[in-house]
Order: sequence, then C-alpha cells, then structure tokens
Amino acid sequence: MANTLQFDLVSPERKLASVQATEVQIPGADGDMTAMEGHAATITTLRPGILKAVSAQGTQAFAVTGGFAEITASGVTVLAERAIPVDDLSGTILDAMVQEARDLAALAPAEMKDAAEKTVQDILALRHHAAH
Amino acid sequence: MPSLKDLKNRIGSVKNTRKITKAMQMVAAAKLRRAQEAAEAARPYADRMNAVIAGLAASVGGSDGAPRLLAGTGADKVHLLVVMTSERGLCGGFNTTIVRLVRAKAAELLAAGKTVKILTVGKKGREQLRRDLGEYFVGHVDMAEVKRVGYANAQDIAREIFARFEAGEFDVATIFFNRFQSVISQIPTAQQIIPAQPGEAAGATALYDYEPSEEAILADLLPRGVATQIFTALLENGASEQGARMSAMDNATRNAGDMINRLTIQYNRSRQAAITKELIEIISGAEAL
Repeated sequence: MANTLQFDLVSPERKLASVQATEVQIPGADGDMTAMEGHAATITTLRPGILKAVSAQGTQAFAVTGGFAEITASGVTVLAERAIPVDDLSGTILDAMVQEARDLAALAPAEMKDAAEKTVQDILALRHHAAH
Repeated sequence: MPSLKDLKNRIGSVKNTRKITKAMQMVAAAKLRRAQEAAEAARPYADRMNAVIAGLAASVGGSDGAPRLLAGTGADKVHLLVVMTSERGLCGGFNTTIVRLVRAKAAELLAAGKTVKILTVGKKGREQLRRDLGEYFVGHVDMAEVKRVGYANAQDIAREIFARFEAGEFDVATIFFNRFQSVISQIPTAQQIIPAQPGEAAGATALYDYEPSEEAILADLLPRGVATQIFTALLENGASEQGARMSAMDNATRNAGDMINRLTIQYNRSRQAAITKELIEIISGAEAL
C-alpha cells in the first residue's frame, strides 16, 4: 500500500472532503500537478478545472474554480471558491459558470482582460471535459 | 377604571401577543442553530486563507510592488464605512449597537477632517442612520431577498467595494458588524478590510515554493481574502441577529406573562368589588324597609 497524505477540500461555505489520499491531481495556474506523499511544500493558485483525489476508497473528482492549494509533505489543503463534485455537475451549472465568467470578463479593466478571458477559456475547457 | 369587559379584552390581546413572541423566539432559536452551523462550517476556509495571506504579506508586504489592496492608496483621506445590519426588526438592541458604533466612528473621522462615505447592507441600519448621516450615503445592498447568506452574496458586496476602490472613491474601508459571542452577548465590531491588515504570520510559511510568484499569488488572494472577511462578517451578523432576536423575544414573552398576571389580578379585584357593591346595595335596601 502506497503512503498516503491528508487531503482536505474546503469551500467558503463548508468542508467538502477530508480523506487520506494516495495522490491528488491539482489544476494549478501554471499547469496541472500531482501531489503525492513527500511532495515539496508548495502554494499554488488554481485555475478552473478538475481536481482529483485518489484514495483507497476510489477516486473523487471535483470541478473547482478560483482559490489555491497548499501542499506539504504530509497533506494537501485546497481552498476553492467553488467546488462541485463531478457527479453533480450538470449542463445548466456549467452554462451559468461560463456566463458568469463572460460577464466578469466584459467588465474587467484592460489590464485584467487577459486573465479574465483565460478564465472563460478554462471554464469552457472544463465543460468540454465534463461532457465526456 | 376600565370596565370588566375592557379588562377581559385586554387580557385576551396580551395573550395573543405572548403566543406570537413565543413563536418568534422558537423560530429564532431554530434559525440561530443553523446560522451557527454555517459560521462554524466557514471557519476552516477563513482561517487557512488568513494564515496564507499573512504569510505572503509578511514576505512581500515591505517591497514597492505590493498590491494596492495591501499597501493602500497612500492616503488616509476618504473613509468608506460598510454598515451591516439586519433586514428585519424585533431583534432587541442588535441594530442599535452597530449604529451607535458607526455614529461614534463617523463623528470621530469627521472631527479629524476626513471624508466619510457610507455603504449600507441591510435596511434597518439605513433607516436609523438616514436622519443624521443620510448625506454620506453612497450605496445600499439589499439583502431582503436573501434567505440564506451564501458566499456569492459576500462576493457581490466585495465586487461593489472593489469597483469603488478602483475608481478611487475611498482610501480606507471598514466593515461594521456584530460578532457573535453568545445568545445574550453580541459585540459590535469595526474591522478594517482595505488596506488589508493581515495578522501575524506563523513562522514556517517562508519554506513554501510558490507557483506562480509570491506577488502573483498575493494579488490573486487578497480580493478573495476581503470577500472571505465580508462573508465571515455576514455569517457572524446572521447568528448575532438570531441570538439577539431570541433573547429579545424571550424577554417579551416573559413581560407578556407578567402583564397577564397583573391584569388578571386587576380583573378579579374589580369583579369582586362589583359583587360586594351589589350585595351592600341589596342589604342596605332590605334594611331600609
């Protein structure tokens, strides 16, 4: 049995998951990364995407937007502004998210435009991913 | 001297009032439990968020490149007071205590020659402040339609504040809310949110790798940190409101009970007096024959 690390997923409103996981796949702002036990201590921001935690009980997947992940050798804490279990994802939720991101991108000041547009693209990719 | 019928009506109406206040107390108790659970559930997120921001701010804060949300505009001229109160009344001193704190703060700032702007959240505070501070109102967030406070509500308020900050409308923002202590004690609190005031950093944070850079993460997290603080304040306020309402309604129920006792005694005395009077009339009439 592989070594495990403590995985916590927290949203502003509640704690969504707290399990011993063997690996956690994180959609980091600079690219995906997989954290396993003994990973170097890292803090990364998240882009909208799928977060996966593999544990002895199986794999849990969440669609997350915004927030950051704090990785230490013995655990991963993910603070996501919004996190939805992939099984609960529906077309309407995703469409609403895309719409919201577009609205924000339209409002964003010039220097933030690129980042906001990227968020829209990330969410579109997330929707594409979820559809399959 | 009220007639017997008047007294009876009066007792009936106080009894009805007591039923209503009793029901309100129980509803508030149920809501309070839910509000406390929500506040409890939100704590891990807020704690981690604050800890990480504190760590980042400690390492980045001193440099020139610090984000404006942390460094401020460099001025201390215009203050935005964000006043969070309830949408409904009948909750004892809940709104009054916040309003009193806001008045004191506003008076202090005005006396120091600063400009004051007020953003109200929840209509009760707005009503109470309108008379003497109405001229400083710049906006209002209506929470009447909100059944259960969610993070999205906090984000909306945060966005409104950021938009004003970007437009250079103020230098310092402070939120006013009641911190929940217990059912009988809520503490009116003023908390500065812009420029952010990160707490003391815990020692070990410097050991992390940051991806992307520390500055970029801090810039990304600060707005979320502010939204989180607002969210925490909204939840604390929600729990405080229900707590205050619960104890206010408990008092009202007890007062109604006392009043019913007093009125009942008065009713019985007047009835007895009427009977005695009739008897005396009959007896003295019989004696006169």
